[in-house]
Amino acid sequence: MTGEVLLGDEAIGLGAVHAGVSGVYAYPGTPSTEIFEFVERRTPRDQVHAFWSTNEKVAYEEALGMSWAGKRALVCMKHVGLNVAADAFVNSAVTGSNGGLVLTVADDPGMHSSQNEQDSRHYAQFALIPCLEPHDQQECYDMMFEAFDLSERLRLPVMVRLVTRLAHSRAAVRTREPRPQNLLRPAEVARHWTLLPSNARAQYRHLTEKQPELLSLAEESTHNLLELRGRSGAITCGIAENYLRENLPREHDLSILSIRHYPLPVGKIRRLLDHVDEVLVLEDGSPLVESTVRGLFGLAAVRVKGRLSGEVPRTGELDPDIVRQALGLPPLPLAHQPETTLANRPPALCKGCPHVDTFRALNEALSAFDNPRVFSDIGCYTLAALPPLEAIHSCVAMGASIGMAAGAAHSGYSPAVAAIGDSTFAHGGITPLLSAVQQNVSLTLLVLDNDTVGMTGTQRSMSTGDTLDAIILGAGVAKEHLRLIEPVPAKHERNVAVIREELAHNGPSVIVARRSCLEALKRK
Amino acid sequence: MEKNIILAGVGGQGILSVAYVIDNAALDAGLQLKQAEVHGMAQRGGAVQSHLRYADHEIHSDLVPTGRADLIISVEPLEALRYWHLLAPTGWVVASITPYVNIPDYPPPDRVLEELASFGQVVLVDTAQLARAAGNLRAQNMAVVGAASPLLDFSQEQLLKVVRQLFAAKGSKVVDVNCRAFTYGRSAGLLFRRLVDGGLHPQQALRLCQKFAPETVDPDRAEGWLDAVRARPEALERLLATEGVVSCDQPALPA
Repeated sequence: MTGEVLLGDEAIGLGAVHAGVSGVYAYPGTPSTEIFEFVERRTPRDQVHAFWSTNEKVAYEEALGMSWAGKRALVCMKHVGLNVAADAFVNSAVTGSNGGLVLTVADDPGMHSSQNEQDSRHYAQFALIPCLEPHDQQECYDMMFEAFDLSERLRLPVMVRLVTRLAHSRAAVRTREPRPQNLLRPAEVARHWTLLPSNARAQYRHLTEKQPELLSLAEESTHNLLELRGRSGAITCGIAENYLRENLPREHDLSILSIRHYPLPVGKIRRLLDHVDEVLVLEDGSPLVESTVRGLFGLAAVRVKGRLSGEVPRTGELDPDIVRQALGLPPLPLAHQPETTLANRPPALCKGCPHVDTFRALNEALSAFDNPRVFSDIGCYTLAALPPLEAIHSCVAMGASIGMAAGAAHSGYSPAVAAIGDSTFAHGGITPLLSAVQQNVSLTLLVLDNDTVGMTGTQRSMSTGDTLDAIILGAGVAKEHLRLIEPVPAKHERNVAVIREELAHNGPSVIVARRSCLEALKRK
Repeated sequence: MEKNIILAGVGGQGILSVAYVIDNAALDAGLQLKQAEVHGMAQRGGAVQSHLRYADHEIHSDLVPTGRADLIISVEPLEALRYWHLLAPTGWVVASITPYVNIPDYPPPDRVLEELASFGQVVLVDTAQLARAAGNLRAQNMAVVGAASPLLDFSQEQLLKVVRQLFAAKGSKVVDVNCRAFTYGRSAGLLFRRLVDGGLHPQQALRLCQKFAPETVDPDRAEGWLDAVRARPEALERLLATEGVVSCDQPALPA
């Protein structure tokens, strides 16, 4: 086996570069971050545009603009990032694309580092676009060529869906001859891109009229493989195929349909179902295929097994053990079963982390209140929810801390306190702050400015230092209620005093706790 | 041929460097490989694990199924126990005995060691001692790969070539320290096994290995030491009770 050992994410990045991509757009988010980082590391800036975007919606729109101009664009995000980008995403299916436009979404079944385990295949189905779901690292690379070609053929964005286990697993990947980038060739017909109702109706009808072509491409796709054998069957989606084959002997009697190219290949599914008495559906995500195949009332002639019928757990990541059990195979013999339950070793804030000093000061400042609650956001500082700090009490969506604190304040709740990092503030915190200032809400916002995106590996932050302060003042926060503290143990008393003063203020105030992330300093 | 390995440790201990060494040795040997790792939330001081599989045929799952692990390589003793349930009946555990205590409820290190030592197919090495002697405490990960290397399917030279490649960008001094940690780990692991196979209790074998200056450790001296201990078992405790280290070259117990 020759080739380069690459993560699934890296294979996506290299595949895109070799397929002639001109711009890669992303906001950091586990498990998708390494796609962008690989491209950034491996290609000169003047060859491929690779600069972090403020959030996923901005990234998507930048990619759409690159596509409009006739060049190939890749936009990458984690599954929940697509919620942020959904407006641009869904409408880009209606406008259609010009240069190849590929969206790679890395889903996180099992929620290794996410708030939910939503399945992005629903989004592809909802937006009426094709979705490719590679089952190994080589296919991650190869499918990028196909995804861009498919996008240019259909004039539609194409989704490539990954899951954590493929995104973060390595294997050797063989590469191909790179394809040159497209020339600048902007879209010519303005009404395709101008979704006034009269144009949008025509475009949406056109999108629905393309669907038979999407379906016939999926039917013919070499990635959707039907192997008819005995009267017991399995349908696998993407990586689930690997867990199935892991548990099968070389010679077996199971009929298998492997799906890696959507929309669902209806003809192949029908041929399988006409052949078998029962079918086990294995998909690493929600029971999308299983529920579609079963329908509202089930099938008369075929028993459909999977997450909905209980053979596979309803939630969580698939693995070879779960599939083994679903196949009815006995567990393998083990060397040893440790008797004691082991102490957990959860992730924790680093020793000397500035967030620790910030939350110690906040906890003390709030100790005068009865059962104080702090709305928080998404980043390393979310770990402050755990002992010993137990300083925050919510984590919902990027930027949600500020809007939720404002809503609580509207209800009469006091003190309304929000905590957010500098990069999350740029991502989703600016608009709710503007709203709170315009409404003159009594809320205290703590911005933990550590000059980086810490949790995902110290990427560049968009709003730190002077830029951050200017944005806060620009949103209308009064100069005397923008306070700066340095979260170090020596300044604890002063920091507590500053927080207390701002908690007492009747109106919006912002405290910036500014000290660089230690991990980021190490890497500089 | 197929080998399924679980790499374990704590975020920051260099599990992914261990993976890099074995991945690339497998690639150089023309084998197929898959290696799943953990990024993101678990990085900072949390439990970190990687599933590494190589074979001369196609590998399907990125994850090692429960009961199919041939080898656990752990840079930390408690973390070795965490994945023990994945091990096949014929499987081996290679573990550092140096605890990384960053949680309030870390069990007594002696108890962890006792549990590991009670397992027949185990290689225990004092990676902190070996890495320090090699020149940098951070090289514990390479010491543990060295200790595991006889259980891998590559020559010492094949593995060291990748170690050199991995650290090349950091300069020759860092390369030397890591290569030394690897060789110290390999010798200590081999010596430990020969002492245990020769009849010493694993905890005694470990303590005897720790008694030797790492640069003198030579697995071929195991027979000499075993003979000395068999002749006068009571003298072993006297040697272990003395201060400082001794050379492994001269199998001699104190009078």
